[in-house]
Order: sequence, then C-alpha cells, then structure tokens
Amino acid sequence: MQDRPTIYELLRSVQRFLSDEIVPATEGRRQFLARVAANAIGLVERELENESVHARREWAGCDELLGTAPMPGERAAVADAVRSRNDLLCARIRAGDYDAESPQLAALLRHVRQTVHDKLEVTNLAYLEVDARRG
Amino acid sequence: MDAHEIAAALTQFLERETGASVALANVRSMTGGATREAWSLDATIAGAGGAREELPLVLLVFRPGGQRAFTARDEFRLLAATRAAGAPVPKPMFVGEAELGRPFYLMERLAGETIGRRLVRDERFAAARRALPAQLGAALAAIHRVPLGVSTGGDALEFLPRPTPGQPVVASELDRLEELYRQITVEPHPAFEIAFRWLRGRQPAGGGVALVHGDFRIGNVMVGEEGLRAVLDWELAHVGDPFEDLGWLCVRSWRFGMDHLPLGGIAQREDLFRAYAEASGRVVDPDVVRFWEVYGNLRWGVFTLVQVRSFLEGLSPSVELASIGRRTAETEWELLNLIEGKGF
Repeated sequence: MQDRPTIYELLRSVQRFLSDEIVPATEGRRQFLARVAANAIGLVERELENESVHARREWAGCDELLGTAPMPGERAAVADAVRSRNDLLCARIRAGDYDAESPQLAALLRHVRQTVHDKLEVTNLAYLEVDARRG
Repeated sequence: MDAHEIAAALTQFLERETGASVALANVRSMTGGATREAWSLDATIAGAGGAREELPLVLLVFRPGGQRAFTARDEFRLLAATRAAGAPVPKPMFVGEAELGRPFYLMERLAGETIGRRLVRDERFAAARRALPAQLGAALAAIHRVPLGVSTGGDALEFLPRPTPGQPVVASELDRLEELYRQITVEPHPAFEIAFRWLRGRQPAGGGVALVHGDFRIGNVMVGEEGLRAVLDWELAHVGDPFEDLGWLCVRSWRFGMDHLPLGGIAQREDLFRAYAEASGRVVDPDVVRFWEVYGNLRWGVFTLVQVRSFLEGLSPSVELASIGRRTAETEWELLNLIEGKGF
C-alpha cells in the first residue's frame, strides 16, 4: 500500500492548483487550456470512483443481449473483453438484427443508453442533469 | 513566420497588388486552427494622389498537408461567389502564395462577437438573439442560391466536393460519413451504429442540390448587438442537400448550455424554418430537417473521433484534443434522445 495522500487526495490537490492558481494567473488560450486540464483531473477522479460499477453494468447489459459469459477478473482483460463484445454488438446492429421490428430493439436501446449514461456520469454530469430536469 | 517576417513580405505583396505605397501595423496572431493560421493586421494604402485608405484585414495562411478540401485561391473564390449571391460574408481582398511561401489570402476584418457562450447568454446580445433566426434563415437561403456547375464568368466553384455521380445526395453523404467513421474509429460505438441504421432507413427524398456551408452554426458566425454580421469558417463547404445546413444549426453541441433552445441556444427550430422558407421559397418539412439534425449529431460525433485521433497518434499533445475524445458520449446521448423521440 502507498502512503497517504491517496490517489483522490493527490488528484484534488492538482485540480485545486490548476483551478485556483493557474486559471486566475493566465489568460486567453492558456487559461482556457488550464480549465480544460482541471476538468480532466475531475474526470479521472470520477472514473476511478465509478469504473468497476460501470464495467459490471455494461457486462450485464451485454449478457442480456449476447448471452451470458464470465467476466474477467483483471482490469485490462475486462477492457479487452468489453471491447470484443461491443464489436459483436455493432456487427449485429449493422446486420439489421435490431431493426424496428425486432423484439430485442427495446433491450438494445436500454443497454446502450445505460452505457452512454455511465460514460456521461464521468465526463459531463451536467449534460445528464439538464435532461433529468425535463423528465 | 513571425509577425516581422509576415509584415515585410506582405508589404511588398500589397504594394505590387495595389500599385500604391503600403504600411502595415498591428500584425498579431489570432487563434490558429489545425489547418490554417490567422493573423490580424491594419494596412494603410497611400495612393499617388495622396488618397489614403485604411484597411483592417485578416490574413489566413494555409498550413501544409491536412485534410483540406480546397486551396486558399478556391476559398477566396467561394467567398466572392457567396457575397455576390447576397450572403453576409467578409469581403475577400487579396490572394497569393509565393510571397509567404505558403498559400494565403486576405479578407476584410469585421468587428463582432463569435464566442457562442456569450452570444446565447449575454444581456447585450438580447436584441441580436431576437433578430438572428430571420437573419440566419436569410443568409442560408442566399448561400443556397449560389450558382453551381454552370459557368458564370468562371465562377463554377468546380473545386467543391460533390455528391457521388449517379447517387442520391442523401445516400452519398451517409456513405461518406460512414466511410470516415469506419476509417477513423479506434473503438466500437454501438450508439453510432444505431444512428447509421436509423438514418439509412429514413432517407428523405433529396431537397435538391445546393452550395452547403457545412459548418453553419453559432460559433462560426460573427454577431453584433444588432444581429448577424458575417458567416465565417467555410472549410467544410460542399455541394449537397440544403437542409443539411438547417439540421446542423440545430445540433445540440452548439447550444452552449441553452439546451431548451434548439436553434443554436437562441430560438426554436420553427423560427428558423419560417424564416428560411420565406427567404428561399423552399417548403421546409420538419421531419426532413430532423433527419439532418440526427445526421448532424452523428457527423459531429465522428468529427470528435477525428480530432482525438491526432492526439492518440501523437501528432498533437494538446489536452484540448485529448479531452474532446471524452465528448463523444454527448453526441451518443443526444442521438439516442432524438431517435427515441426524447429530444428537446
């Protein structure tokens, strides 16, 4: 185990440095990029917090559409396996398996929407909140 | 080239072009894009009779390489043709190549605001926001009137990308976008596959063929407090379906947080449709524009993949480009909204 600070504490200190010290001290393009960098740090933090829950949910959604398969234990192996399953899903969509008359279409849209929702939960929560307020 | 070198080379060029004595001042770099760099400068042109003319100019220098569709000279001709058709466009002034070692052109520099976030929110643009739907509709109608293919004094704009011969415009655009997507994507995107499938099944009868601006949106127009001043950023112009421009203008990514105002964060879609129908004489079918709005969201999604690709390949280390890779999901979400009828 590493000593304190934790990953989150370190990330927050870098983010605070960028937002509170670099952004006010710069202008124009450099200030814009400093904001983008600070946002990216916040994104990394949210990804670390959520990635195992999101990966399990994406896997379960694929199970429902493609049939169940055991989920790998290693983080890198999960990424590869999810990618292969998405390749398969894409091939089926292209082949017309989920066209309007398909009984599986609703399940596909539910799964893809959940997966995109989980991506936005990491990358742009505000985007989801706007839609949620409309109901 | 730095500002001094540009000033020296351009002074000579302008003296030859105008046959007058030229002094350049305030040569400053403006934000540079991936395919070109932009400079701002003020020229004073002193004619033989003692007449002095002050010209505020923008210099656009084209970078070598890149995925550019046409040259500086082509773009110069394009601006002239759209101006002649009555669209508000900066006046193209001079074009050259050898003098700067790279293709370039100069156009008049207009004052105004282009930053979308300000245009959709700031109180001082409230009147502009009321005027813009009609002005944007009229500007699009003028662009779509630009004569094509038939030689009108040599201005046939033959350099513009055109639909594949023998194929309907809509199918041709879809094919090209899908080809670009398959070529560029490094990961599978089920939401994009769903969108392609949806679009393939709903291709409208074409709206005819016209000059399409290709990137007509808030952020690419210059606006004053009274409203529209100029249409900028012509790099994506092509011959296509005029309704593509209307759909693109409504894509969610250029609402700058004002999501409930689908027309660029400033108005409702219908405000544009009414103005465009009146100015162009074309009948606007909302379902056809909806098709192009879905296409536009997908196109922007694919463009985010294109941009992040140059980061992934190490061509640019920019944190901005890196972050764009994480914006693809926004377009996926909006595509699902539109396809499921849950959009704004």
